[in-house]
Amino acid sequence: MAEIVTLEEGIAELVSDGDTVALEGFTHLIPHAAGHELIRQGRRGLTLIRLTPDVIYDQLIGAGCAAKLVFSWGGNPGVGSLHRLREAVEHGWPEPLELEEHSHAGMAAAYAAGAASLPFAVLRGYAGTDLPGHTTVRFIDCPFTGERLAAVRALRPDVGIVHAQRADRQGNVQLWGISGVQKEAVLASARSLVTVEEIVDELEPVPGAIILPGWVVTAVAAAPGGAHPSYVHGYYERDNAFYMRWDAISRDREVFGEWIREHVLEAAG
Amino acid sequence: MAVAASRRLHDGTVCFVGIGLPSKAANLARATHAPGCVLIYESGTIGAKPLNLPLSIGDGELAETADAVVGVPEIFAYWLQAGRIDVGFLGAAQIDRHGNLNSTVIGDYDHPRVRLPGGGGAPEIAASCKETLVILKQSPRTFVERLDFRTSVGFGDGPGSRERLGLRGRGVTAVITDLGELEPDPETCELTLARIHPGVTVEQATAATGWPLGVRADIEQSTPPSERELEALRALRTADEREPAG
Repeated sequence: MAEIVTLEEGIAELVSDGDTVALEGFTHLIPHAAGHELIRQGRRGLTLIRLTPDVIYDQLIGAGCAAKLVFSWGGNPGVGSLHRLREAVEHGWPEPLELEEHSHAGMAAAYAAGAASLPFAVLRGYAGTDLPGHTTVRFIDCPFTGERLAAVRALRPDVGIVHAQRADRQGNVQLWGISGVQKEAVLASARSLVTVEEIVDELEPVPGAIILPGWVVTAVAAAPGGAHPSYVHGYYERDNAFYMRWDAISRDREVFGEWIREHVLEAAG
Repeated sequence: MAVAASRRLHDGTVCFVGIGLPSKAANLARATHAPGCVLIYESGTIGAKPLNLPLSIGDGELAETADAVVGVPEIFAYWLQAGRIDVGFLGAAQIDRHGNLNSTVIGDYDHPRVRLPGGGGAPEIAASCKETLVILKQSPRTFVERLDFRTSVGFGDGPGSRERLGLRGRGVTAVITDLGELEPDPETCELTLARIHPGVTVEQATAATGWPLGVRADIEQSTPPSERELEALRALRTADEREPAG
């Protein structure tokens, strides 16, 4: 059964410096509060995995938590560049950032292979692009038809962190709406932390909801509002204005540092 | 550009849509001549019917109005890779004469001048959709002789490349720009100027292209946007434009 913990305890117990950590959530349910806790606890040298590193990864990278990024699209959706990510890649500030770059299809397949405990995934992809030089893809021949296919190494993070609507007191997690790769990220990871809007006595069924049974989750922490500025279907909407404001905040090292100090380091967990 | 792109979609076309101009074009088609156009966003929303233009591919409105919501591994494996999508829309920072696209870096990969967001869904959209439409402003900086990085394949090195690479879709069928529309030559697979927008000259289009741009003998003029199209376009707003400033 998943242990019910505070967010501070969850990050302290599950994530060490140098770990490979996947914080997932596809536009919806992005675990911002957990990311902020990683910054507050000063984690260093992390390999961060995520299909769409957006504002929360910009913050983690700018705060110096990351040594390597495994990703497929790094931008501020509908707005533009991630300026902290760009500064790390283009100028090595505050730390040089190693990149392992995929396509969405490749990363999604690699998570699915990780969840299935397979060493790799097979897909039609990457052929003819310059991506194979910057990722872990190989090409193999189908043993049945001879078709040339791409193989990507399974993703097996040390820790998978996702946000969900709610959990019960046994740590069973209920998640609905756009579900991204969260189920795969939790099942592929050696340890997992799920932050939730609320912990309830009983989970009422919701059509189309995913349940992560408490026995596949390591820890659950309540973090109301923990996906903001992303959204939580049924709880609150996406703060589009924040994503637009982030462009100006993140453009300048000083302004960014001030923002992190005020909203993360000096904010209660 | 959005109007020209929307006209290439038909009622019932199943369309893989990204945010920005592609989303605007697809929703414009749905609001005008193609109400049955099926919009699929890579967040896993199939048959989304948003009233507002989404700011991100995972806006809540897409999930609420969709026929089905599936996970990301499923959208790419069962729906895109399996060949169920008619049209994929792509943008890029650079395009070459064979319709190959760069959305990864400007400059050297390890020491880039500009680090762009990266491929995202694009490499497999370009590979597996039955056809790909590219929407891109035309300038010598974007229409280049040589890409700094090949993120997505159009016609690779020319005729036969897609077949050799095992790519199942037909590749780029049109590039819609602010000056006109380019289409691949059936024999050389090289993008040539097939249509020009009102008030634009062929010389302007060739000057805005970084390779010697071929011009089709039967080049056409685009039909200007109709009142109905312009009205529908004005009615399309992004979700944030409808909210009070905050």
